[in-house]
Amino acid sequence: MSIPRTTHTKRVGALTATLAAAALALSACAGGGTTPAGSEGASGSAKTDATITFIPKQLNNPYTDVVLGGGKTAATAAGFATANVVGPLEASASSQVTFINAETQAGTNAIVIAANDPDAVCSALDEARTAGAKIVAFDSDTNPECRDVFISQVVAKDVALIQTKLISEQIGGAGEIAILSATANATNQNEWIKFMEEELKSNPDYKDIKLVAKVYGDDDDAKSFQEAQGLMQAHPNLKGIISPTTVGIAATARYLSTSQYKGKVALTGLGLPNEMRSFVKDGTVSEFALWDPAQLGEVAAYAAKALVDGTITGAVGDKFTAGDLGERTIEDGGIVIVGPPTVFNKDNIDDYDF
Amino acid sequence: MSEHATVAVDTTAPLADVVPVRGPRWYAGRDATMVYILLAFLAYAALSIPRFASPVTTGFLLLDVVPTLLIAMPMTLIIVTGEIDLSVASIAGLSSAVLGVAWASGTGIWVSIFLALGAGLLAGIFNGVLVAYVGLPSLAVTIGTLALFRGLALVVIGDNAVANFPNEITALASAKLGTSGIPLVILPVVFVVLVFGLVLHHTAFGRGLYAMGYSKDAAHFVGINVGNSKFWLYVASGLVSAAAGVFWTLRYTSARSDNASGLELTVIAAVLLGGVSIFGGKGSIPGVLAGVLLIGSLNYALRLGRVSDVVLVTVTGLLLIASVIAPSVSAAVGRWRHSQRLRRHLARDQGAEPG
Repeated sequence: MSIPRTTHTKRVGALTATLAAAALALSACAGGGTTPAGSEGASGSAKTDATITFIPKQLNNPYTDVVLGGGKTAATAAGFATANVVGPLEASASSQVTFINAETQAGTNAIVIAANDPDAVCSALDEARTAGAKIVAFDSDTNPECRDVFISQVVAKDVALIQTKLISEQIGGAGEIAILSATANATNQNEWIKFMEEELKSNPDYKDIKLVAKVYGDDDDAKSFQEAQGLMQAHPNLKGIISPTTVGIAATARYLSTSQYKGKVALTGLGLPNEMRSFVKDGTVSEFALWDPAQLGEVAAYAAKALVDGTITGAVGDKFTAGDLGERTIEDGGIVIVGPPTVFNKDNIDDYDF
Repeated sequence: MSEHATVAVDTTAPLADVVPVRGPRWYAGRDATMVYILLAFLAYAALSIPRFASPVTTGFLLLDVVPTLLIAMPMTLIIVTGEIDLSVASIAGLSSAVLGVAWASGTGIWVSIFLALGAGLLAGIFNGVLVAYVGLPSLAVTIGTLALFRGLALVVIGDNAVANFPNEITALASAKLGTSGIPLVILPVVFVVLVFGLVLHHTAFGRGLYAMGYSKDAAHFVGINVGNSKFWLYVASGLVSAAAGVFWTLRYTSARSDNASGLELTVIAAVLLGGVSIFGGKGSIPGVLAGVLLIGSLNYALRLGRVSDVVLVTVTGLLLIASVIAPSVSAAVGRWRHSQRLRRHLARDQGAEPG
């Protein structure tokens, strides 16, 4: 009924309440508000006060966390004074731009970015470069004009070849094999499968291996499980299965481990150590492969340091040392390859946590 | 026996010992409070966050808030009438997609921009007709068109991104005025803000919007054309959202169907923080301006301080809740104190009479 007229009391009350809210916000900022960044020192020799910032596609992604973990450790080892990780909560095209802007203003020496959109980040990265920052793209490339180097995980062909090599070893070089892939139109998987098929045909070592089926589990756990089951019924002489997808290999391993085929039908492919650990230990799977995401971060950090120190410029043929991983060369298009996939077995699987 | 006489007291009348404030409102109103908070925050950030106080900040910060600021203008007017438009970010996405496809198919850049704005206008008309003339609730209509326009954007451009816009145009989107660091694009934005400010605060149409926010029926009976007013608001919202989409596309040099997704919530948060009542009838453009800038500078300062976005979302959420609660709490406190005084008055008055 009564609309309270404006009295002093009301205004003071409103002002107090709103100021309290503001104070809350301010104290939240104060928590991380001051991170001293290195001042611009002389270029050329190794800088000791250089700063590096990683901008992933989005935060709180388990795979990204492993990459960034490797990157931050290596950044400290490479000689960066501070290493930061900032990034958006959702992987949208333009969400990374404000982070790049803030880093530009903070005078960060090296920005390591996995671009959500190759072009949307470009003008912001250009501004950062004008301000003196070195740009390293990793995982997902930007437009090549906007970065100094791109660190690529693996060569597609290497991924395919390691899987054919593993299956051949596990089935003794002869017998029927099948592939359980993700979706029928998955770009990565199809590229690998194409290389595998070519290798099986052309390499004399694999002449006794016969690829009898390709099935698709759609990267769905239940569907992959059923497809694995179907493969065993349709091909009683099957000696081995390659599953070049982390979902497929885990589902197939789960099926095999509880079936009569455990230990008799070989399984390999691309898997996550944490998901595959129990199957490796119980003998369902002897060896499988995947790149080590941490190494991606490591190579990116060392490349960034070499760029900041001026020992490389990003030109094709430039070489730099990536810590324990050894020397890396910049290839055509400013691309650096991290290396061949890592093979996991019961001896080394406990060393990895991802 | 019981001699309790009922004393007729006008409980709404001002009490003798309370002096009503009748002076100028500009220094003590809700919008003024927002401006004070904004200034306090800017001062705090400038002092405590390294490098915050520089022309670079002005440039980046203003560029960041342009889309929010633009869309917040029609949104303020719509919320003042007690309605809402949730489809604004989808309209921006649709206009981005149209701009990209038109440019990629060889249309001139200005014609492409014109087509993109046209798409926004049509989207606004669609919303307007459903809300104003068919009479459907705006919440339901715009939740629907939120999905519909985003879907259309996906139909128009698919999974592709168009990025090869002419350099002169994209440079214009992030060009600065001399060395001040103020982006050139702020000039048209200021114009839009002035237009919406004048319409809301200095025209009969604008005052009609407040009346509609309090009571649509009452507004109708005093001769306000409720349907037409709403229709034009949604048309304006569509057009301005499309302009924001065009700016977004050119600033990030990338036309994609998912551009500006989620922006509607940022805009509504800023508008409510700026003192506009979600129930309609209250709010002002200066307050909203301060709200948008407060969220924008909070965002920027936290990022400059490398505080995680999780904190940012949490802080924005708390601010929003506080801004909604604060007036209710102070109103409740005011009412309580008023009734306390009233009781004391009554006790004093009745003390003279036999009990």
